[in-house]
Order: sequence, then C-alpha cells, then structure tokens
Amino acid sequence: MDQIFVSIKHAILNLAQTFLPDWTIILLSILISVTAIAVFGPVTMMYLTLLERKLVGRIQNRYGPNRVGFWGLLQPLADGVKMLTKEDIVPANADKFAHFLAPVVIVIPALLIFAVIPFGRGMVAVDLSIGILFFLALSSTTTIWIFVAAWASRNKFSLLGGMRSIAQMISYEIPMVLSIVPVLLVVGSFSTVSIVEAQSGLNWFVFTPWGFVGFLLFFLTGVAEVNRTPFDLPEGESEIVAGFHTEYSGMKFALFYMAEFMNTFSISAIVATLYLGGWQGPFLPSWIWFFIKTYALIFVMMWFRGTLPRLRVDQLMGFAWKFLLPLALVNILVTGIWLEFKTPLNHVVTFAILAFCLTVLYLVNKPEIPKKRIYRYAYQD
Amino acid sequence: MIPLTHMLFFTTALFLIGLYGALTRRNAVGILMSIEIMLNAVNINLIAFSRSLDISAEVAQIFVIFVIVLAAATAAVGLAIVLSIYRNQKTIYTDEIDLLKW
Amino acid sequence: MTLFGSIGTISLYGILFALLITAILTVTVRNLFHSAIFLAFTLLGVSIVYFFLRAEFIAGVQILLYAGAIMTLVIFAIMLTSRISDPSVSQSNHQRFPVLILIVLLGSFLILAIAKTPWQISTSLKTTNAIELGKALMGEFVFPFELVSIVLLIALVGAVVVARSDR
Repeated sequence: MDQIFVSIKHAILNLAQTFLPDWTIILLSILISVTAIAVFGPVTMMYLTLLERKLVGRIQNRYGPNRVGFWGLLQPLADGVKMLTKEDIVPANADKFAHFLAPVVIVIPALLIFAVIPFGRGMVAVDLSIGILFFLALSSTTTIWIFVAAWASRNKFSLLGGMRSIAQMISYEIPMVLSIVPVLLVVGSFSTVSIVEAQSGLNWFVFTPWGFVGFLLFFLTGVAEVNRTPFDLPEGESEIVAGFHTEYSGMKFALFYMAEFMNTFSISAIVATLYLGGWQGPFLPSWIWFFIKTYALIFVMMWFRGTLPRLRVDQLMGFAWKFLLPLALVNILVTGIWLEFKTPLNHVVTFAILAFCLTVLYLVNKPEIPKKRIYRYAYQD
Repeated sequence: MIPLTHMLFFTTALFLIGLYGALTRRNAVGILMSIEIMLNAVNINLIAFSRSLDISAEVAQIFVIFVIVLAAATAAVGLAIVLSIYRNQKTIYTDEIDLLKW
Repeated sequence: MTLFGSIGTISLYGILFALLITAILTVTVRNLFHSAIFLAFTLLGVSIVYFFLRAEFIAGVQILLYAGAIMTLVIFAIMLTSRISDPSVSQSNHQRFPVLILIVLLGSFLILAIAKTPWQISTSLKTTNAIELGKALMGEFVFPFELVSIVLLIALVGAVVVARSDR
C-alpha cells in the first residue's frame, strides 16, 4: 500500500520492456513522471479553489458554492469553462508582446517546483542534488514576471500593484532563504530526499526549538511569497482593483490564478518536507502522511485568509526587515550551538536564547498607538 | 557531451554578440545588459574548460561564483549611477551626455 | 543508449542555437523593455547549459542571482529612467558598421585560434558538488571569499549613496 504508485509505474515499464527497445524505457519512465505531475498539478489547483471558497464561506457563516454538482464538486469545471470562453481583452495601449508573455512564463516555475517535491517513499520525480536550491531559485524568478505583467498593462493600478509586489517579494525572500539554512546545517545536503530521510521516525525538525522557530519563519515568509492574505497587498481586492492582473481576462487570468494556487501547494509541500518530516509517519502509507501534512498547512493558509485583515505596506516591510530577518539570523546561530554542544542541556539553552530574542524583537517592534485625544469645545465650561 | 571546440565556438559567438551590444547601444542600461551577456559567456567558458581539461572542478566553479557576485555588484552600482544621471540630465542616451561639467 | 545520448546532444545544440538567437535579440531590439525580457531568457538558457555541463550548484546560483535578482534591478532601472517616446528612437548609434567589421575580424581570429590549438581532453570528466565547494570556499579560498563580501558591502553602501535623492 505504501509503494502502490511506484509498483504501478514499474508494472507499466515491465510491460513496455517486452516489446520496446531499451532506450524508450528511459523515455517512458520520464514521460510517466511528467504526465503524473502535469495531471496532478492543475487538478490540485482546481480543487484547491473549490476548497478555499467553501472554507472561506463557512468562516463567513454562509455556504460556499453548492449548486453545481453535489457539494459543489463540479464548480471548478464550470469555472474552467467560464474562463476558457471569456473574451480575451487586451487594452489598446498595452505592450502586446509583454502582455501576452507574462502569464505564460509565470506558470513555468510553479510547475517546475513539483519536480523536486518528495511525495512519498521513493516517489520524487527528479532526485536533484540541489533540490532546495532549485526551489529557492525558481521561486525568486516569479518576481520579474509579475512586474512585466504590471508594466505591460499601462495602467496606474497595475503598476502600483506590481511595485508593491516586487518590494514584498524581495523583502520576504531573505528571511525565507535564511530560515532554510538551519535545516541544511543539520542535514548536510541540499537534496529533498535526504532531508526527509534525516527526520526518520518521529523526530521531525519541528519538535526542536530551532526547528519550531524555523517552521514559523518559513511558513510566514512562504505565505508572503505566494501573495496570500494577510500579505496580499499586490492583489488587494478592495484597494487597487485587482493589482497587477487588472487588465487580464479569460485564459490569461486563469493562468495567473493557476500559478498562485500551484505556488500555494508547493510552498506547503516544501514546508512539510523541510520541517514537518515529509512523508515520515507511524502507521499510514507515506504518501497519505504527506498529503495530510500539506493539506493541513493549506487549511491554515485558507484560515488566515478568512480571518486576518490585510497588512499595510509599511507594516509589511517592517515585519520582514525588523522582525523576521534578525530572528532568522539568531535561529542560524542557535542551530550552530545545538549542533556543536551535544549536551543534554541543548533544549533548555536554545529555547532560552530564542525566547529572549523573540521578546526583545517584539518589544522593539511594538506599534505606536497614539494617546486618546481629549476634545475641548469652546462653549463647554 | 559535445566536443570542447564546439562549446568554445558558442561562447566566442556569445561574447562577440555582447561586445556588439556594448559598443553600439545608445542606452546606458542597454550597455549594462550587453556586459552581462559577455560575463555569462566567460562563465560558460570556465565551466566547459573545467569539465574537459585537467583543471580541478572546484577552482572553476568558485571562480564562476565570484564572477557572478561581482557582476551583481557592478550592475547595482552601475544602475545607481544611471539613475542619478537621469535625475540630473533627464536622459540616459550616451551620446547626449556630452558635457564635461553641468 | 547511443540514441538516447544523441537526443541529449541534439537538444544541447538546439539550446545553444536558441541562446544565440535570444542574445542577438537582446542587443538589437529597439524597445528596451523587450530587450530586458530577452536578457532574462538568455540568462535562464545559460543556466540550462550549466545543467548540461553537470555544474548543478552553479546553475541554481545563476537562476537565483541573475534571473532573480539582477533582472529585477535592470527592470527597475528601465522603469525609472524611461521616456514615453522611447520606441521610436533608434537604439544603435552610428558606429554600427565599424563594430560589425571589428567583430567579424575578431571572431575569425578567435575561431581560428581555437580550432588550431591542440586541446588535451582528459578522459576523466570532473564534477563536484556543493559540499566540496563549501569546503574549498572555507579552506583554500577563504581570503578571496572575505574580500568579495567586503566588496559587496561597499557596493551596497555605494549604490544607496549614489542613488539617493539630493534633498
């Protein structure tokens, strides 16, 4: 049961080996992995949109979509048909080449990240020796295509949304990269497969002090990288129309939407891989554990969306530079201490240092609440 | 995978394309972009040599890392200078910036 | 297996050809913004070439730094220094023809020199991984590493000072 997908793939390859030459077997195995990902990615994205709408609806004390099909399960198909048949409006002044290219290229990194995610024991598409670096590199190329989309629309709201988006994404990239470093220190390799195998049994990294802080850091910066609430200033629906994808309609908007949800899934999957132990777990098959952890994190992200208000742009930048970045640096130091001094006091010392740092940072970053004003009227005695 | 000489022909061509851009572009940012192409051609050259000849692979890759990092520093300072020129003269075309003191 | 190897070779030649085309488009297109987009594609193509040459760490660093960070800088600079009448102005100055002659001469000289050199191709193709690179950076090359970090600090402070507004 654990290796069901791996054995299906081996069965297909054995079947093909009887009547095909040797080199096509390699091609066929690559094709099976690629097809599995290319089917799984968009289908996930479609049902994640349904899950989000129903969840946010329930939080807001209403049903989500429940008319199309039982429990709304055919709603994504209806949405897909709507987006495919909508008229594709390009503004007259827009830069046609860049306007066309931006949504096409933005989906590419979102899909490529699926290649290094370990879905189960032995179920990773490509076991790259630089797995996590590949993920970081691809998630940092998304920024300029958002700006190309904003600039090519020749629209003030799009430009404003694009600039805010770039500022947010490059600010949150630094704590994200720094919060991965403790895991790399402990494991000693970039490959996602060896990171999951280093968390065997139940000693996941999240149960250590530095791992817990690192998990929170990486999760928060991941939410900021995907432009979700409370960090969704670039596409804030009540502020700047729709931000950088204002002028996109039909299939191009569907591509942006798809890229955002695939990014959500892959950030949750990478957080589960790095800190929550990937597919490690006691009784159930490995891939079921992986999906439980990933969907739990996605549920938390959607919970954020239904509950928290949006951060203002100066609050957003202040949070990244003044709170998360020093915390990430102290986290690396604390991991070094954890690795070097292997005494039983490790937990206490590291916990104490991290608690001290958190308190200091909180006190330094307290928002300035002005005193309540007392009005004096002229005619009052 | 392909012979070393073919790779070197490719990097020579890339370098010369970058050189053409650096010498004929009027726009200062365009010149910077052509310089980045030249630096990339040199980097590919280093890695191709380290793979085929008897040079240790670490030396070449560390060399490439330093070149990438210094190209980033170059781009940052160069673009800051272009911004400040634009603020003063309202142009970034290199043939319109021809005063020694303004 | 030889047919599979030749698929790899054909695709490498195809990527090299596509890289040359995007590089030519970068240096000749009139609209500076499109030129920046083609530069982003060129840098991504260079990183694919690094993957083919089995230098995976450098490929990751190339995508992260070049296509992620430097392109953001370049596009911001284009956005802040653009004029509305840009696409109708010629992007090449009048030195086009002499530079073409220079490039043809230089190119033929270099290609002849490369073709005539007796390269001693070693039989053992060397690769390395990130762990060895880390050990070398902290061991043999620690002095240039520290020096480069100081240069980066100076460049950062210098860029902020130069680009600050004069008020």
